[in-house]
Amino acid sequence: MRLTLTSKIVLWAVTVLTLAFIYAPILVVVLNSFSTSKTLAWPPPGFTTEWWAKAFTNEGAVAAITTSAIVATSSTIVALLLGTALSFALHRFNFFGKSTVNLLVVLPIALPGIVTGIALNNAFRTMLGMQLGWFTIIVAHATFCVVTVFNNVFARLRRVGTSLEEASSDLGAGIWTTFRLVTFPQIRSALFAGGLLSFALSFDEIIVTTFTAGNGVQTLPIFILENMFRPNQAPIVAVVAVVMILIAIVPIYIAQRLTSSDNR
Amino acid sequence: MTTVSSSAPDRVGGSPVGDSLARRGSSYLYRHAKVRLALLLSAPLFWLGLVYIAALVALLITAFWTVDSFTGEILIEWNIDNVTKVLGDALYHAVTLRTLGAAILVTIIDVAIALPIAFVMAKIASRGVQRALVIAILMPLWASYLVKAYAWRSILAQDGILDWLLGPIGGSSPGYGFEGSVMTLAYLWLPFVILPIFTALERVPDTLLDASSDLGARTSSTFRFIVLPLIVPGIIAGSIFSFSLTLGDYIAVKIVGGATQMLGTLVYSNVGVANNLPLAAAISLIPLTIIFIYLAAVRRTGALDNL
Repeated sequence: MRLTLTSKIVLWAVTVLTLAFIYAPILVVVLNSFSTSKTLAWPPPGFTTEWWAKAFTNEGAVAAITTSAIVATSSTIVALLLGTALSFALHRFNFFGKSTVNLLVVLPIALPGIVTGIALNNAFRTMLGMQLGWFTIIVAHATFCVVTVFNNVFARLRRVGTSLEEASSDLGAGIWTTFRLVTFPQIRSALFAGGLLSFALSFDEIIVTTFTAGNGVQTLPIFILENMFRPNQAPIVAVVAVVMILIAIVPIYIAQRLTSSDNR
Repeated sequence: MTTVSSSAPDRVGGSPVGDSLARRGSSYLYRHAKVRLALLLSAPLFWLGLVYIAALVALLITAFWTVDSFTGEILIEWNIDNVTKVLGDALYHAVTLRTLGAAILVTIIDVAIALPIAFVMAKIASRGVQRALVIAILMPLWASYLVKAYAWRSILAQDGILDWLLGPIGGSSPGYGFEGSVMTLAYLWLPFVILPIFTALERVPDTLLDASSDLGARTSSTFRFIVLPLIVPGIIAGSIFSFSLTLGDYIAVKIVGGATQMLGTLVYSNVGVANNLPLAAAISLIPLTIIFIYLAAVRRTGALDNL
């Protein structure tokens, strides 16, 4: 498509504006994490590193981050197993009800969070008489994380095709050997990208979490929700948020490197 | 070539063919495709069917039960009071329309913002810039949803950032309410809309665009008749996110919405404060129905494969 110089300039200008729109609120959070105002008044009356020092020794914040990491890791492992199995089933086979299964995978993420949340809350408490806790959160999170793994692996399977696997079994390799030496290396980076997204999704989820967490387990989003409006805690929450963004750069960069080197 | 052919037999033929259990299992599975399929499907279907579909069905059932007004216990007394209340009460009509309006507005705003940046990312930017832009779009997803909503609270506040910015030119912040909620939700879901549209645009071959302009089409016609029809599934996939996430949100609305009530806030207050799970279940059937109608309408476009 031939674009005139003017339209290119306009498109780039719009892109820069959009990025500014995306990053302006995040800049506000960064500034707030250094603000001397305990209630985050604007403009910040002064700057301090006090909150940064306090955040790293704040037991509630550290415990909540640990809890979220455990929940996100567990649900990502479940999602990786279920999502990979599903993507192989849907890519390699034709069977009755295939499109229904396909819909079933997207449903937990396509339905509004509040519906998923209350449905699981009702099922666990009213129907099964269970106590809400670690188990219920992980089950709930894994349910909506499956789709991210499924999407990544399914797209990869569609792209790489099956010819290499056929060659492998023609040469006498069994199913396990073929999977280990041929299939797995081909889908490895898709598993990484899908697992990463699933981890991020679980780590930040709040709506379904409030319905399935009960009182005992405090994930990071629940910690933030409870402390956001407290005068002395608000800047610490801002610090935690900034740290999370900084930590996220590394895995996102690796995932990008992996997927783009596969494309070449 | 020589290295491959000499090393492969070592790996594969390490054990005598047909002897080991793994080998027998492998050839059994190789010959029985149905067993392979069953092994692959059973665990995920068990999980999604038992955990999720059963929970949705249970929700539907609970909507027809009731709550003991003294003890707060759920009583299994079949009745349609909750459903008639939700369908008949003017409050629920108003809140449904408001939530639906917010979801449509947020979706339109997000698609409008996403199209140009996704186009630049997919078709104009060089490889390196493209990667940087994808990272730039992905990274805010790791910044806590709550913290971003809270940042919008200080942006929209009275004497907040928007007032501070717009004050000199005579404007002011809309404050906490419906407009503030729509702006905040549109901000929060933007990356979810940009990414599927970007993926769809990336799949449009450049040669097609060149062919179109070689045949004399203007840029606008190429976009209208070539690009747009090809990326519709991506746009719809993005819109499912913004639409559904808005329908199901109650926390951002609580943070920046002031007294604005959405379906989500009604459901939440009935689960928590009022402790009336059957009524909450009945209310949650409204967004459930809306999204099912939407999904059924877009299913044929293939958008669900783009989520």
